[in-house]
Amino acid sequence: MHDIAVILLSAILVNNYVLVQFLGLCPFMGVSNKLGSAVGMGAATTFVLTLAAVSSHLVERFLLAPLGLTYLRTIAFILVIAAVVQFTKMFIEKTSPLLYRVLGVFLPLITTNCAVLGVALQNVLKERNFFEASLFGFGAAAGFSLVLVLFAALRERLAAADVPTPFRGPAIGLVTAGLASLAFMGFSGLA
Amino acid sequence: MSPLSSPHLHAPLDTPRLMRLVVAATLPGLVGLLWNFGWGPLINVLLASVFALGWEATALWIRRRPVSFTLADSSALVTGVLLGLALPPLAPWWLVAVGTFFAIVVAKQLYGGLGYNPFNPAMVGYVVLLISFPVEMTTWFTPRELLPEGVALPGLGESLSRVFLPGAQVSPADAFTGATPLDLFKHQTGLLVEQIYAAYPLFARAELAGYGWEWVNLGFLIGGAFLLAQRVYTWHAPVGMLLGIALPAALFYDGGSSESGGSPLFHLFSGATMLGAFFIVTDPVTAAASRRGRLFQGLLAGVLVYLIRTFGNYPDAVAFAVLLTNFAAPLLDHYTLPRTYGHRRARRGTEKIDG
Repeated sequence: MHDIAVILLSAILVNNYVLVQFLGLCPFMGVSNKLGSAVGMGAATTFVLTLAAVSSHLVERFLLAPLGLTYLRTIAFILVIAAVVQFTKMFIEKTSPLLYRVLGVFLPLITTNCAVLGVALQNVLKERNFFEASLFGFGAAAGFSLVLVLFAALRERLAAADVPTPFRGPAIGLVTAGLASLAFMGFSGLA
Repeated sequence: MSPLSSPHLHAPLDTPRLMRLVVAATLPGLVGLLWNFGWGPLINVLLASVFALGWEATALWIRRRPVSFTLADSSALVTGVLLGLALPPLAPWWLVAVGTFFAIVVAKQLYGGLGYNPFNPAMVGYVVLLISFPVEMTTWFTPRELLPEGVALPGLGESLSRVFLPGAQVSPADAFTGATPLDLFKHQTGLLVEQIYAAYPLFARAELAGYGWEWVNLGFLIGGAFLLAQRVYTWHAPVGMLLGIALPAALFYDGGSSESGGSPLFHLFSGATMLGAFFIVTDPVTAAASRRGRLFQGLLAGVLVYLIRTFGNYPDAVAFAVLLTNFAAPLLDHYTLPRTYGHRRARRGTEKIDG
């Protein structure tokens, strides 16, 4: 019970993939203009990341390690992630065409979300077991979704701000992300 | 502009007046700081105010906005005063300059000035300094009355030279620097709360929390009560924050064992609790809009302060907690929309976007 809390706290807040480790910034900046699409993106990424963490762990343990192919790890994981994303894409296209259109190009781009590959690789490096790996994947995704949704709500407000012209758009977005990242440094040492 | 015809009620509390009220309300707390720590806090406050106004004027001049009109709203002055109150005494002048630059230029003017900044400017300045210059930012003094025999706090002349010529010091500051109550408490392991309280004069001679600091906090509490009475803000955010600190503190106090997180009184009257609750989390720009939202935001800030103080790396966490809740405020607004007149139910969250 205690371990579960520590892993989740660590993945969601203390080692937040976006604001502390600076991975997955592309969708963080790209899909945070509207709260609605940010919620959808968060849900889709959570699904993909958890599934990718589980399947990459299985691939590592039952395929790469026994066959001595660990030098193919990065390529194999990218392949696994791409397959999971494709599956998610077909799933969302059938179940929610509206969300599919809102997410647009960012849905296939989950493949290139470095947070997804980062979680899979870190799970191997830290030698997490199956349960820990999947829990960490879910926690990392929850942390990603949390800051994505908070950031989207904040950016909707920024859209009305009288920002000096050179700082409009992504520039002020990145400044804001930096300030939010400062705030997240307060969590260090919690888990 | 005067009201044109009869049904208008002229509000006496415009922005400049409100800001000056806030500055006036910090006086009791400032007096507490001065009494305990000598000239340092006063120099901090004055220096930070001058730098804050200077940066604001520079930024406005670059942006070609009316300088004197905007400076007259005194919001930069408030930011400078609050940052000055939060800095440790006798902070070197460049620390104040860097802090106010991040507070005024980065956290406020880049977003378009007063009313647009999502994060509390003073706290952005403080956190930037705390992370960049941890040594300078954590050298606090021993309260005047607890100094050892023959040691005195630096006088006005020595204070000024320490602030403006930080390199040219003959005597080190070790004689009069000391741990704050929160520092002391955090770094004691394996001692019962009672034993800690008995071992250090900082606690043994105190009435509520930590000697000296309790009076500073009481001062800010009095200033806050004054602002509440003047209806500068409602009770929701400060009471939420104090509850958010006191409730988990009561839960985890466990009668004062060596694993105890400290009593509610200790947390309420230590560090920056009262300054945060009555002067920082109440900032109308960066807070949630509705009263219910502010209550939630205060509670969240208080719980975060307690968690980071007790389990995190930092002895105090008001600045981090306030920035984190500022980050959450726009989403809180989405979920705490007040019911509009004529509608039965408030609209929530993403409802209006997905339609």
